[in-house]
Amino acid sequence: MLAHLPILQVIVPLIAAPTCLILRKPKLVWLFTLLASSLAFVISILLVQQVMLTGTISYELGGWSPPWGIEYRIDKLNAFIALIISGVSTVVLLAAQTSIEKEIPQEKQTLFYILYLLSLTGMLGILTTGDAFNVFVFLEISSLSAYSLIALGKDRRALWASFQYLIMGTIGATFILIGIGLMYQMTGTLNMADLAERLPEVAETRTITTAYVFFIVGVCLKLALFPLHFWLPNAYTYAPSIVTAFFAATSTKVAAYLLIRFTFSIFGISFSFTTLPMETLFLILGLLGIFIASTVAIYQDNIKHVFAYSSVAQVGYMIVGFSLATQAGLTAMLLHMFNHALMKGALFLALAAVIYRVGSTRIADFQGLGRQMPLTMAAIVVGGLSLIGVPLTVGFVSKWYLVVAVLEKGWWWLAGLVLLGSLLAVIYVWRIVETAYFKAPIAGRQPVKEAPMAFLVPVWMLVSANVYFGIDTRLSVEIATAAAKSLFGVVQ
Amino acid sequence: MTMILGLYNYWIVIVLMMIGFYIIISHGHLIKKIIGLNIFQTSVFIFYISVGKVEGATAPIWQEGILLYSNPLPHVLILTAIVVGIATTALGLALIVRIKEEYGSVDEGEIQSMDNQDVISQEKEHQQC
Amino acid sequence: MNLSLETLLQLSILLPMLSTIGIVALRGHQNLREAVSIFTSLFVFYAVVSIYLGLQSGETISVHWLQILPYLSVSFTVEPLGMIFALIASFLWLVTIIYSIGYMRGHNEDHQTRFYCCFAIAIGAVMGVAFADNLLTLFIFYEVLTLSTYPLVTHAGTEAAKKGGRTYLGILLGTSIAFFLFAILGTWAIAGTLDFTQGGVFPEGTDTTLLGVILVLFIFGIGKAAIMPFHRWLPAAMVAPTPVSALLHAVAVVKAGVFTVMKVCALIFGIDLLSILPTTQPLLYLAGATVLLASFIAMRQDNLKARLAYSTIGQLGYITIGALLASPIGVIGGSMHIAMHAFGKITLFFCAGAILVAAHKSKVSQLDGLGRQMPITMAAFFIASLAIIGIPPAGGTWSKWYLLMGSMDTEQWTILVILLVSSLLNIAYLLPIPIRAFLYKESPSNTALEIKEAPLACLIAIGITTIATMVLFIYPTPLYELASSILQTSSNAHGQ
Repeated sequence: MLAHLPILQVIVPLIAAPTCLILRKPKLVWLFTLLASSLAFVISILLVQQVMLTGTISYELGGWSPPWGIEYRIDKLNAFIALIISGVSTVVLLAAQTSIEKEIPQEKQTLFYILYLLSLTGMLGILTTGDAFNVFVFLEISSLSAYSLIALGKDRRALWASFQYLIMGTIGATFILIGIGLMYQMTGTLNMADLAERLPEVAETRTITTAYVFFIVGVCLKLALFPLHFWLPNAYTYAPSIVTAFFAATSTKVAAYLLIRFTFSIFGISFSFTTLPMETLFLILGLLGIFIASTVAIYQDNIKHVFAYSSVAQVGYMIVGFSLATQAGLTAMLLHMFNHALMKGALFLALAAVIYRVGSTRIADFQGLGRQMPLTMAAIVVGGLSLIGVPLTVGFVSKWYLVVAVLEKGWWWLAGLVLLGSLLAVIYVWRIVETAYFKAPIAGRQPVKEAPMAFLVPVWMLVSANVYFGIDTRLSVEIATAAAKSLFGVVQ
Repeated sequence: MTMILGLYNYWIVIVLMMIGFYIIISHGHLIKKIIGLNIFQTSVFIFYISVGKVEGATAPIWQEGILLYSNPLPHVLILTAIVVGIATTALGLALIVRIKEEYGSVDEGEIQSMDNQDVISQEKEHQQC
Repeated sequence: MNLSLETLLQLSILLPMLSTIGIVALRGHQNLREAVSIFTSLFVFYAVVSIYLGLQSGETISVHWLQILPYLSVSFTVEPLGMIFALIASFLWLVTIIYSIGYMRGHNEDHQTRFYCCFAIAIGAVMGVAFADNLLTLFIFYEVLTLSTYPLVTHAGTEAAKKGGRTYLGILLGTSIAFFLFAILGTWAIAGTLDFTQGGVFPEGTDTTLLGVILVLFIFGIGKAAIMPFHRWLPAAMVAPTPVSALLHAVAVVKAGVFTVMKVCALIFGIDLLSILPTTQPLLYLAGATVLLASFIAMRQDNLKARLAYSTIGQLGYITIGALLASPIGVIGGSMHIAMHAFGKITLFFCAGAILVAAHKSKVSQLDGLGRQMPITMAAFFIASLAIIGIPPAGGTWSKWYLLMGSMDTEQWTILVILLVSSLLNIAYLLPIPIRAFLYKESPSNTALEIKEAPLACLIAIGITTIATMVLFIYPTPLYELASSILQTSSNAHGQ
């Protein structure tokens, strides 16, 4: 059994998806989905343990040996991210049934869970596979299910947001396909490890440069790197709240993983950063993302829009870390992926709780909630403080590592800019805090009760994780550092 | 000369890709966008398949005595990609049906102006409250 | 109780935080709830005094909690400057609780539970700042202090309170993240350590321009020290209830600021390095300008608390001057002033609050002749004013003296002039108040009302702090000894 863990990581949610059709009642389907997700989480924990002990795991599908057969390859990087994805998925699912009661009609709830599981499958598949084309397949699986999940939103704008995401996402995926095709054409292999070996010989050709560019642009679209981020705010805002909580914490991380994997493991640092002016380009785009997205977030009326734009800004931070092209920068990026998943997972889940009770996402409707929903608002405050980067939260740890990595390169001006970006977060977080705690509840509205336990438990699990991992950083830092080190060890 | 004639498959791919891309961007009609997307994807399929053909080789079905076969792998990959493309198109069309139900239109411009109207009227509503 | 000094140190930080549980649990029973606060503060004071006695007998007390970041841990150690701060903060917490009881009940304030809870957390944070062994620990508790005092500043919940809170949080969080954290990270990148060390942490030969920039970042980043132009949070925070203004903005929050400035100057840079940095002189002038400008603005304020707020800004400037003079005497003067000013200012704020509660007056122009109805309060005001001005028999005399000596020692004649001129200005904006209260005729509005003396609890608190200022004048030796041992050439807590 243990030997088959890599493939089980993907198969468990994959098989669970159609199995949901057998169960009739949505509550049962929910429990089953929760079980499948927890199983995936357990598998990811076991994989992390195994990888930290014995190193990279290589698994041959069907006994066909690579590079002809499809290989599933688990190393420290993807084990870490799989842990994040499956963990957040499980915690978010705890609140899923309660949340969708009010947002998705009864007859579609089973389908919701099927799509959720397929999305999880897709993401875990992207992470665990060692074959380039397999990446495309799983990417499309997760994207298609994502488009459908988003379209389940109540507001009719969800349909339009989903359509726009479909168009942009498919273009991105097709670019990735082109990139893979060009790579295959020049090297004759699709296996990632094999590609890594064969690419150096052909690296000078224009074909490979084109392949790289197409691939990276496609990934950046999925990553929502400025200026390819336009699909994200609407998609996150109009999707059902639980879907937003899941995606905000996971989908951009998987795209970031692809970026890292192909840049460092397959194309190699020297190629990637010299062929394209990646350092400069990504640095500028990352900074623009941070400042522009944060500024736009300040002016939004819909609270999901605020945090969606905030997510775009956080991707900017990750890319700044990436653009440094140093081990410290990569560690900072990986750490921020972990921490951001916790932050946004907690925030959007708490928002889902508020939406469940209040039924609206406008900031103005938050008036007086500080008193009526104290635990939920407290969770939002802690999440907000984490976004700002107050010490004792995960956000602070990310900022610290990022600035230290920047200072290592001697770019003091950049460190100042990164810290200034946090100040913008203070503004949009504090708008919400003030509305909730200082304004009187809206006259004539029914008094709002605190969120049900189904929400409070997972929200506070994530919030506590925010604080815990902000204080005891050993786990996240160790794995992130080990992963970054191993990636830099594959220098060509 | 060989640049153009010898690489004719790539030129076709590029032309199709640009046509598809242009349709997506320039047309407001949602179904036309999906068609553009299809053309865009098809160009990539043609790219893969044309790359797999080896000059002077036969179809990749093993036969006694024949030594040169075209590459079967791209065909396999493209089958998968075609399926993905179909699923995407189906989903896109389903979304268009629903959008038509909700918005009463399948034109991008009209939908966006309806959304903007919504925003403006919501603002007014909330200001009056 | 046979608790080790290490345990006492940790308890002095943790117990206030934990006491919030008791305060919340007993929220229905006012007296029991207040008893929790009182017993906690008594214990903390006992703990701090024990630690002081331990320090006197030469013991090294340090505690190491956990490593948050690689090579950086949350850890605490006892050294003289922190000792001064911890002593005054813990003593004045106890006194302020007594005062608060009188004030909050006399004024019939809401949300008293939240008030006492946030107070406790803030004091716990102050202890954390005082005993911090490295900049990271200090920064963590510094931020906790900002966040825990925000609900106290916005206590009233009105629009004005909200606006004041916004300025307060905006400036303090803004400066701490954009400048202070930047400076800390810069120090970490250059020196490889954040521990407070005798003689500074920067290696020999580090580029002085770079270090000069870091110094600027520190001074502007430590917003709680209220150096202009980042001083606006202090008058904005005056919307808070008076006990908050008294303890936190005369003692804890502002003192955390100048304490940090002093610590950074003495134990991160070291005064030798400080004297050769290109930015020290401009910053010194900036501090001087702050002192003068604040004093001028204070003279023009009619609102009593606003006047005291600007007075505080000026007085904080003195301490910053003491730090930036880059001389041992300056350090002594500045450190002593931390204590002297604390007692003086808290008395002034206590009196202001008493006047508000008993006579419902908040403006200076309304205080004529009040001395007849509130003699004790105004007499205390008079003595505390002397402390701020720096005249016997109040304690401020000694710290002013050392600051003047420090500026003469380093030949900073401009600073000397500024110190002297500002003392005159202090007289101008403080003394008229008690003089007019006692010697002028009552204004008509006063005679109409039946004004009694302040509530008893308030008077007790006022009495204690007033006597303390006089005691500090008569017997400043313990304070002087602590202040002069901040900079040592012998081994410090790190056993180097």
